[in-house]
Amino acid sequence: MCGPQIKINEASYRTIKDICASFDNNPGELINVLHKTQEHFGYLPKEVQQIVADCLGIPVGRVYGVVSFYSFFTMKPKGKYAISVCLGTACYVKGAEKVLDALKSELKISEGGVTEDGKFSLDVLRCVGACGLAPVMTINGKTYGRLVPEHVKEILAEYAD
Amino acid sequence: MDTIKLTIDNREVEVPRGTTILKAAEQMGIKIPTLCHFELDGLALENRPGGCRICVVEVVGRRNLAPACITECMPDMVVKTNSFRALNARRTVLELMLSDHPNDCLQCPKSGKCELQSLAADMGIREIPFKGQQSQYPIELSPSIVRDANKCIMCRRCESVCHEYQSVGAIGAVDRGFPAVVNTAFDDPLVNTNCVFCGQCVAVCPTGALSEVDNTAKVLRDIANPDVKTCVQVAPAVRVALGEEFGLPSGSIVTGKIAAALKAIGFDYVFDTDWSADLTIMEEGTEVIGRLKAFLSGDKSVKIPVMTSCCPAWVNFYEKFYPELREYPSTAKSPQQMFGAVAKTYFADKIGVTRDKLVCVSVMPCVAKKYETGREEFKVDGTPDVDYSLTTRELARLIKICNIDFANLPEAEFDSPLGASTGAAVIFGATGGVMEAALRTAVEVLTGKTLPRIDFEEVRGLEGIREAVVPVPGVADLNVAVVYGLKNARTIMEQIKAGTCKYHFVEVMACPGGCIDGAGQPYHHGDASIVKARHKAIYEADRSMPIRKSHENPEIIAIYKEFLGQPCGEKSHHLLHTHYFDKKIKFDLEK
Repeated sequence: MCGPQIKINEASYRTIKDICASFDNNPGELINVLHKTQEHFGYLPKEVQQIVADCLGIPVGRVYGVVSFYSFFTMKPKGKYAISVCLGTACYVKGAEKVLDALKSELKISEGGVTEDGKFSLDVLRCVGACGLAPVMTINGKTYGRLVPEHVKEILAEYAD
Repeated sequence: MDTIKLTIDNREVEVPRGTTILKAAEQMGIKIPTLCHFELDGLALENRPGGCRICVVEVVGRRNLAPACITECMPDMVVKTNSFRALNARRTVLELMLSDHPNDCLQCPKSGKCELQSLAADMGIREIPFKGQQSQYPIELSPSIVRDANKCIMCRRCESVCHEYQSVGAIGAVDRGFPAVVNTAFDDPLVNTNCVFCGQCVAVCPTGALSEVDNTAKVLRDIANPDVKTCVQVAPAVRVALGEEFGLPSGSIVTGKIAAALKAIGFDYVFDTDWSADLTIMEEGTEVIGRLKAFLSGDKSVKIPVMTSCCPAWVNFYEKFYPELREYPSTAKSPQQMFGAVAKTYFADKIGVTRDKLVCVSVMPCVAKKYETGREEFKVDGTPDVDYSLTTRELARLIKICNIDFANLPEAEFDSPLGASTGAAVIFGATGGVMEAALRTAVEVLTGKTLPRIDFEEVRGLEGIREAVVPVPGVADLNVAVVYGLKNARTIMEQIKAGTCKYHFVEVMACPGGCIDGAGQPYHHGDASIVKARHKAIYEADRSMPIRKSHENPEIIAIYKEFLGQPCGEKSHHLLHTHYFDKKIKFDLEK
């Protein structure tokens, strides 16, 4: 009768410990720790959050509370190319939803999903600060503006590797 | 003192600087409704997020309405608690809350005790104008606690007690916007989290989002079953609180009425956990004496301080958070489990039934006791020593179901041979009580002399951490500590880890003030005077007992003679002692 066991790759475990140590294992740095950790792993699965909680000496619920609160953090691995469609007010009135629909039908996934081959993931966000180019989307940080649904196929083709 | 004057509802009032509008109004007899706000005065338990906005009041000259619970009074402030604007806003806030709340009050476990329901009644809500989305969460059953997140209003009282008071952190706010709710991390079931099942979340929840597992139907079924015999035990703290459920003043001692009610409900044998509390003192006290003597004679291998182990939430706490220190707490089982172990062996033999034909029920002020009954190590051949644990509230429901006029019930006695008890046993129900009961026996045994005074006032009180030096002539000056609230217990554990703990003996209880405010007790809705009245009553009950030392209980003396042999002897070791497990989360590293 022992406690729960969490299986984790040793190298990943060390990496997370090092990230936490670089912030002096200070629980006040939780958000920064999570940023760094997500930067490294691409996402924040349960096991990773457990180790962060252990290193910072806080309940894992606190970590999960923050991860589930901020849309920037994700518990699902993103695709190789992470697509973010802006649904902020300016983009929305300029037809962002139609662009989003085109992406969904082209990739056959919904918001928050990843294509079966792991190549694309699709998310929505609110305002990237490029309202002059509305409607806007980004793929791995690269911005595409003044979109119409017909552009979608062409843009995705750029990532045909 | 620095005071300020202000006007509330056209009356002037003078209050110390820093007083909130809520408190100032309260002292004028104006009751501003609250919902998320929760405070147990003098017991260090509070939740003041200022989040629900039910307490909004109008402050003349201020643009928006002010939440009274967190807004400090300012000089010459003019406050209107019942202006049309404030009343309107308050009603709208409540209506919005109710628009995403299931309308199943009739079947709700908190019906009649629900603060949201009372508020809706007080505010005369007759319709809910808003038709919006409804939360759809599955209901989670754990061994002790039922969670129905659909009824969560995000007051976050539970989160405050779980994180701040108990330092456990099993539940908290997750997600945001409409789906925001109090939940476990990753929506895991409570049993897979660090939850220690203290149940204080249930005790403070204003709605039916958190409640205890209800065993009343199972108990009634077993009482009606002619193939089994039923016996019941009642914990010390129940007798100073149950009366509240029947309109008696807080702190009424209703021991005799409880015995009578349990007989009227139909239990075959009505016994007392106070009896096994006395037994606990014999076992735990003997262990304390043994470990202390070894320690004082220079044995470095012995673990000091000895810590109490009666509180099942505390046991869960050290198994989950400090398994490396699990040799410090006494191996003595809790009174509930000692009772069960003796009932299903000694007593079952006495009445000529096998253990599977004897149903053992406990009535506890506690929610964690339900979890404790289900522990594998407390089962023999698949049957538990204690079959069901009921809370004080469940007993009240049973009494009502069985048409018993509790308030006017003539008193009765507990049955023999597991019914006689002493004053030392009844004080188990309050913080400091187990310590005092143990001292009454241990000091007499250590010195070989009758104690000149048996009231150890120095370990009584309601502060969260108390310490005292108890001189034991010819032996040593004992450093003892009494703590309640697991955050305070954590402080002691950290001292032990750091090697700075100076105590010989430490008592721990998880709930505020000990079992008197256990999570299974009648809801007090933040009224600390109720807890204080129960505390006073526990010591009154002690004073009224003819015998006040556990080792002088005639039924305890008899069972050692007849059945158990010596305290901490072979039979006791087998029946009355236990061991603890390492339940901490471990990382299994793969190459």
